[in-house]
Amino acid sequence: MTFEYAPAPESRAIVTIKPKYGHFIGGKFVACSKHFPTINPATEEVLSQIALAGKADVDAAVKAARKAYTTTWSKMSGKERGKYLYRIARIMQERAREFAVLETLDNGKPIRESRDTDIPLAAAHFFYHAGWADKLEYAGLGTSPKPLGVAGQIIPWNFPLLMLAWKVAPALAAGNTVVLKPAESTPLTALLFAEVCQQAELPAGVVNIVTGDGSTGALIVNHPGIDKIAFTGSTEVGKIIARAVAPTNKSVTLELGGKAANIVFDDAPIDETVEGIVNGIFFNQGHVCCAGSRLLLQENVAEEVLHKLKNRMEKIRVGDPMDKNTDVGAINSKEQLAKIIELVAVGDAEGAERWSPACNLPSKGFWFAPTIFTGVTQAHRIAREEIFGPVLSVLTFRTPQEAIEKANNTPFGLSAGIWSEKGSRTLWASQQLRAGVIWANTFNKFDPTSPFGGYKESGWGREGGRHGLAAYLKGVSHE
Amino acid sequence: MSFYGLVDGSDASLKSYLGNLSGVDQVGAEARAAMLATRSIKTTSKRWAIDTAITMVDLTTLEGADTPGKVKALCTKAVRPDPTDSTVPSVGAVCVYNDMVAVARTHLDLIGGQHVPVAAVSTAFPSGRASMPVKIQDTQDAIDAGAAEIDMVIDRGAFLAGRYIDVFNEIVQIREVCGDKAHLKVIFETGELVTYDNVRKASFLAMAAGADFIKTSTGKVAPAATPPVVLVMLEAVRDFYEMTQVRIGVKPAGGIRNTKDAIKQLVLVNETVGPDWLNPKLFRIGASALLNDLLMQRMKMDDGYYTSPQYVTMD
Amino acid sequence: MSNRIDVKKTYKLYINGAFPRSESGRTYEVKNAKGVFVANPCLASRKDLRDAVVAARAAHAGWNKVTAYNRGQILYRIAEMLEGRRGQFVEEIVNVTGVSKVKADKEVTDSIDRLVWYAGWTDKIASLAGSTNPVAGPFYNFTIPESMGVVAAIAPETPSLLGLIDVIAPIITSGNTVVVLASTKAPLSAMTFAEVLATSDLPAGVINILTGKKDEIAPWMASHMDIDALDISGLPAKKHAEIKVAGAENLKRIHSFKSADPGRIIAFMEAKTVWHPIGL
Repeated sequence: MTFEYAPAPESRAIVTIKPKYGHFIGGKFVACSKHFPTINPATEEVLSQIALAGKADVDAAVKAARKAYTTTWSKMSGKERGKYLYRIARIMQERAREFAVLETLDNGKPIRESRDTDIPLAAAHFFYHAGWADKLEYAGLGTSPKPLGVAGQIIPWNFPLLMLAWKVAPALAAGNTVVLKPAESTPLTALLFAEVCQQAELPAGVVNIVTGDGSTGALIVNHPGIDKIAFTGSTEVGKIIARAVAPTNKSVTLELGGKAANIVFDDAPIDETVEGIVNGIFFNQGHVCCAGSRLLLQENVAEEVLHKLKNRMEKIRVGDPMDKNTDVGAINSKEQLAKIIELVAVGDAEGAERWSPACNLPSKGFWFAPTIFTGVTQAHRIAREEIFGPVLSVLTFRTPQEAIEKANNTPFGLSAGIWSEKGSRTLWASQQLRAGVIWANTFNKFDPTSPFGGYKESGWGREGGRHGLAAYLKGVSHE
Repeated sequence: MSFYGLVDGSDASLKSYLGNLSGVDQVGAEARAAMLATRSIKTTSKRWAIDTAITMVDLTTLEGADTPGKVKALCTKAVRPDPTDSTVPSVGAVCVYNDMVAVARTHLDLIGGQHVPVAAVSTAFPSGRASMPVKIQDTQDAIDAGAAEIDMVIDRGAFLAGRYIDVFNEIVQIREVCGDKAHLKVIFETGELVTYDNVRKASFLAMAAGADFIKTSTGKVAPAATPPVVLVMLEAVRDFYEMTQVRIGVKPAGGIRNTKDAIKQLVLVNETVGPDWLNPKLFRIGASALLNDLLMQRMKMDDGYYTSPQYVTMD
Repeated sequence: MSNRIDVKKTYKLYINGAFPRSESGRTYEVKNAKGVFVANPCLASRKDLRDAVVAARAAHAGWNKVTAYNRGQILYRIAEMLEGRRGQFVEEIVNVTGVSKVKADKEVTDSIDRLVWYAGWTDKIASLAGSTNPVAGPFYNFTIPESMGVVAAIAPETPSLLGLIDVIAPIITSGNTVVVLASTKAPLSAMTFAEVLATSDLPAGVINILTGKKDEIAPWMASHMDIDALDISGLPAKKHAEIKVAGAENLKRIHSFKSADPGRIIAFMEAKTVWHPIGL
């Protein structure tokens, strides 16, 4: 007999999902006339009807944010602002399981990840930034740092609450107020966060949340009452935003796409490397801008690593995201699944060799088996374009220089991985790689103290740490 | 001896064999073990895991105060862990000091426990500090007294001093003494080897030298059978199988006191080497207190309420 | 008074450590404040820009690898060379712009001092802009600022020498290479400064200087996909939007500044964060 794990579903009873939500403006939920459904991508069940913000809603949110900025938030001492952020952090910790379950239902990510990664890190971001609120003059960003005003923040669907935290926590700590738009397909945890703001008695209008689609995002980007745009999403949309704000005085930070090289040298600690490869590309279904989606293997260990990787992939548990033993959950949306399928077909057509472990995918919902392509070269589209799914392209190299050349041969520059037991080579490689985050003998690690952001077309600015704070304060030398 | 064609018995070949092993990243290994520890084993799979774990227990007493009475009681428990429930399987083996082997073997045979082997700790257990003739005699005594399994300790001093060939040769000699009469388990005392690199190295050394099992610890030194140590040993066993097509067993011992810990070990086995190792021929757990917790959890699953230690036997 | 005829200087471009003419063969007339002809500097074309970017890109790896200490010494060496030729610069500034000798002298002095100031920053900026980050886990985590690559810049019209140094010095301090368009009306001190650069141990291609028209060159800088960042301090504010729109195609970092500040150096650096486990 084999050791089959019986289903171990997390209980859904902890969350209450309303049939319909409005926007959160000026400290209150306000009704909206237009709605769209948000679904559970693992089952296609409609979870709730979400308000679609138009011009009037965005105007109201910006107005509320401006009022809160001028009358309350910019006048409050950093010490007091910080206490609100501490409160938020604590309430998020108290309601962590509720957030985790809701995130998994709305996003499709495994409960293990929302429970052990997304939610704790989101709370940690608030706790970390709370402490900055009354220490901004010590951040090395000028002796009298000033907030920018009202920040418009547009976040993606891959880490809904965590990206909210990355945006809202530093903005508030620096003394800005915000209008935040969660992603169209994952609005629920942001709306639960609105309740947290109410429980924390955050002054009305400091955080405003409007839901909607790309058109709502465009209204925020182009709104004349907004001083700063913070966006996480595709490079394509990032460029549109960069053009849109060019004639304005808006500050902008962008966290965009990536096609990270994960480089394995022949002296790598093999078993941990295989874990790192799996974590690099299959974490969160590969819906990660910094995913290690290009595996670069030194030729003399390529066969061994691939063999071990395939064996390891056989153990990946794909399925019900609510099951505590699930490793890879559902693809977030029908559209994203279609995009993955399209690029995988391109990989096939270009002659790369595709392999997936046998896995029983559920009949309902959006699913894609963990997949690797071998025999990929830099000329393949699957080695250049972001797939944003559980699909790994495997390339080989002969010398450290060749590895670096291949790794840097992309307009992206968000992250990269290095696997080696040789310290001097690791440091050399980390110096040569043109990417904002380098993981050596680890991958996909995040921390509020650790700046995150990309070189080249992967974005502008950093989030997290002292560097991330600069994105929400007036520059000392800029015009 | 052929040593699977991996080494020729010379110092140089052993050094080259061990030198080719990949390193182990401590943080990564611990993260993997911690992730596997989050596996939630419920209902039918938990029941199966409990019964499987019971068959894997090397029910152990290794005290200076051991007496024939104590050992006999342990044997009784080993054969029939729960006297009120005949569906509970016997444990994997009874593990005692050399001088108690005859007592254990005789008593097991007397009570219908012919199927339960006796394991003897050997080679100047637990320190391993004795001359080679003494270690050989120690082992021979145990086998003569009816031990079917020999749990030998390696010379950690020699290992840490880099005299791998001495460690290797000791295992080879004890393996010869065991012949086809006894299975050989080689104890590393991982708490003294300290690093996972050493654990991996010791694993490959022992396997090439002829170990049937590799075992974490004596139970006398902490830390003992931590999940990452067992993970690293299971990975070594898996890799060794790929090299030689020979399956080597693994025995974590020390520190596994409750059902949760035991199930974590089974998850490690399942997801590292796979189901082929999920039987007492290839996986044992050296423990004493664990058995009663397994029994209590089993009762809870059958009866639907939490039981009390009063309802399990204390031996 | 002798009857000797002056040997006048031909002002050319400075690309990859050499002084080529514009590939276009074009020049334009520079007159002094009184309207008297002074020189025919090159009217750089987009192809001159292209060549300069190729030179700057090729020079980046080497300049970036030069130790911060050594970069500081080279910047200081530039200041030394400038100091040695200050008279020539004062005369040229007075001649072209018509400012008083006192004012021109102050500009040259400030230019020299500015170079010395940035020379001292090369080996300090990383400590200022970097950090070690106490992450919640067994990892050593640090952030270091690095140069971005090739930065293009538009120098302000005035002051022609100090303005030029104000844009290029912070860019190269961190290891970037630069292609700069000099003041259109007063380009001569920029080209004479190139002679200083050519004799001050600065590797070829690190600083490339073009002369010409902003309206012609700036859009090509903005759209060039092998330029990583732009300093548009020398461009009128009303032109900024157009440049930023074009620069969005490869998400160039585009900045303009009002003062000398370490923030100018940091603006053209990327923060790189490195994680490594800590274990036995």
